[in-house]
Amino acid sequence: MNFKLIVDVSKSLLLARWKQTLVAAIGVTFGITMFITLLSFMSGLNDMLDGLILNRTPHIRLYNEIQASEQQPVDLYPAYKNHHNFVRSVKPKDELLQIHNSAPIIDALKKDSRVFGVAPKITAQVFYNVGSIDLTGVINGIDVEEENRLFFFSTYVTAGNYIDLKNTPNSIVLGKGAAEKMMAAIGDIIQVTTSKGERFQLKVVGYFQSGISDIDKVQSYANLNTTQKLLGESTGYITDIQVKLYDILQAPNMAKEYHDKFNIEAIDIQTANSQFETGSSVRTLISYAVGVTLLIVAGFGIYNILNMMIYEKMDSIAILKATGFSGSDVNKIFITIALSIGIFGGALGLLFGFGLSALIDQIPFNTASLPTVKTYPINYNPRFYMIGGVFSLVTTYMAGYFPSRKASKIDPVVIIRGK
Amino acid sequence: MSDIILEAKKITKYFHDPLTVQVLKEISFSINRSDFVSVIGKSGCGKSTLLYILSTMDTDYEGELFIDGVAMRNRKESELAKVRNEKIGFVFQFHYLLNEFSVLKNVMLPGLKLGKYSDKEVEHRAMEKLKILGIDNEALKNPNQLSGGQKQRVAIARALINDPLIIMGDEPTGNLDKKNSEIVFNIFQELAAVYNQSLLIVTHDNEFAAKTKRIIEMEDGNIIRM
Repeated sequence: MNFKLIVDVSKSLLLARWKQTLVAAIGVTFGITMFITLLSFMSGLNDMLDGLILNRTPHIRLYNEIQASEQQPVDLYPAYKNHHNFVRSVKPKDELLQIHNSAPIIDALKKDSRVFGVAPKITAQVFYNVGSIDLTGVINGIDVEEENRLFFFSTYVTAGNYIDLKNTPNSIVLGKGAAEKMMAAIGDIIQVTTSKGERFQLKVVGYFQSGISDIDKVQSYANLNTTQKLLGESTGYITDIQVKLYDILQAPNMAKEYHDKFNIEAIDIQTANSQFETGSSVRTLISYAVGVTLLIVAGFGIYNILNMMIYEKMDSIAILKATGFSGSDVNKIFITIALSIGIFGGALGLLFGFGLSALIDQIPFNTASLPTVKTYPINYNPRFYMIGGVFSLVTTYMAGYFPSRKASKIDPVVIIRGK
Repeated sequence: MSDIILEAKKITKYFHDPLTVQVLKEISFSINRSDFVSVIGKSGCGKSTLLYILSTMDTDYEGELFIDGVAMRNRKESELAKVRNEKIGFVFQFHYLLNEFSVLKNVMLPGLKLGKYSDKEVEHRAMEKLKILGIDNEALKNPNQLSGGQKQRVAIARALINDPLIIMGDEPTGNLDKKNSEIVFNIFQELAAVYNQSLLIVTHDNEFAAKTKRIIEMEDGNIIRM
């Protein structure tokens, strides 16, 4: 009952000054619109840039590193146990790159309930032979289907069909940059030299474009068997095990766990790519800061308009108080005015924000390094809309708080006697 | 004793700005049901100040004030607002109508605030009050479309909406011409006679005061005649 009356009075006061009200609401609308658009756009861009690296980076990579034995023979000798030993005689063993017992490890990983998928990989150093010149290169031997399921391999194969890599024996998907240098068209046969000096002929079935041109100049993909043949190794030869988890945040702990369990090197994505996370969080921070600034400016607009309204309506407030409206009633009336500006402006802002984001989503965005992106990326995360909505209410409430308090403290005697 | 609706006991008030001046000096009097009282006195004698203390709007005083037998001192602001809403009707020199609302709504507002009747009933009662004052034809107009005399009558209707214990007026005819003053006075007279309405009117119009049942005359913060 009382609430209805307060809303009624607020509405009348609002509509009596509808032009100012509109200006105030437009301020909020503009703030929220920009807030939503900015965050959607920025976070879409972040996701895209992160995706460049994170999507095709394993959450945990298991590998062997060539390093000197941690315990040299002299350390094991009891007589020198408490001495400072600097005699280092044992050199790294050959074949250390190979993961021993890779098959049981892969089986164990596949049984782990936290693991989304496992893909084995072989990295082979080669030279691409172009006429009389040798270009250094890396051939990644992959399990084509698993690689595609876990790391979206097909997305980066811009020409040719990625599955041919599995079906055609001795085939290769060349990096776009490498292919251009070698002038190799799809269907051509190219020749590579392995690090052991053997020559090998491979059929080009596709081009690979990662978005990072330095990588494309060097890297190529072949299937596991071809790579093993290339290196002259048996079918059990694997240099990397790539693990993708359900929860990326568990990666650091699990990497440590696997390191101890399987006794091999394990690196998590956070450690390997910490710079990307920093970049994303700073960009997000900046967009939040700009959005919040816009809203605060809108809040000052509301504050001004309410203040003006209170000066104008001094008489009305006085008579309302004289006829039985308490200070808190008057306070509620002005808070209601502020909040309805916030709700109206905010709701419109969310709508326009969505519209503007959708519009940006349609703008063509073609860049050589990002073959899969055709328009500007937008992230339609409902969280932005919730934050925007809540923030519009909070700002308008704050903007209304002081003017309302002032209105509630108006002494009717002073106003009425002053006439 | 139950006939006493408003009682002031030794009410004293000081103004502190710019100098401390005692404006009211231990004022004591009471008003009975259906009294028609006018307070007169020269400018600055403290009659308006007294009225605002009696109206509960001014709480900065010493002494005791009882309205309907209930002490008003040391009450919370919201409680006093409720007392004003329910028991006191105001008519000021200026009409203080809200231009955002129709005449009818202006009259209804204190009734809606009281919440004793449904919206429909309040509207019906407001129309009745306007009818008593002879301005029911203007009910749906805006206050700024009305003449000064009509506005003041709307203000009186607004004061009546909650059937208050007492109507307080601060120079209610001060802004009106002779003819309209007459009309307003006649309305007050009728309210007192026909509806047994108690009235406390502050005025400097001695002619007006002479026609009321009881006159309280003030001088320099004291009551010199009552």
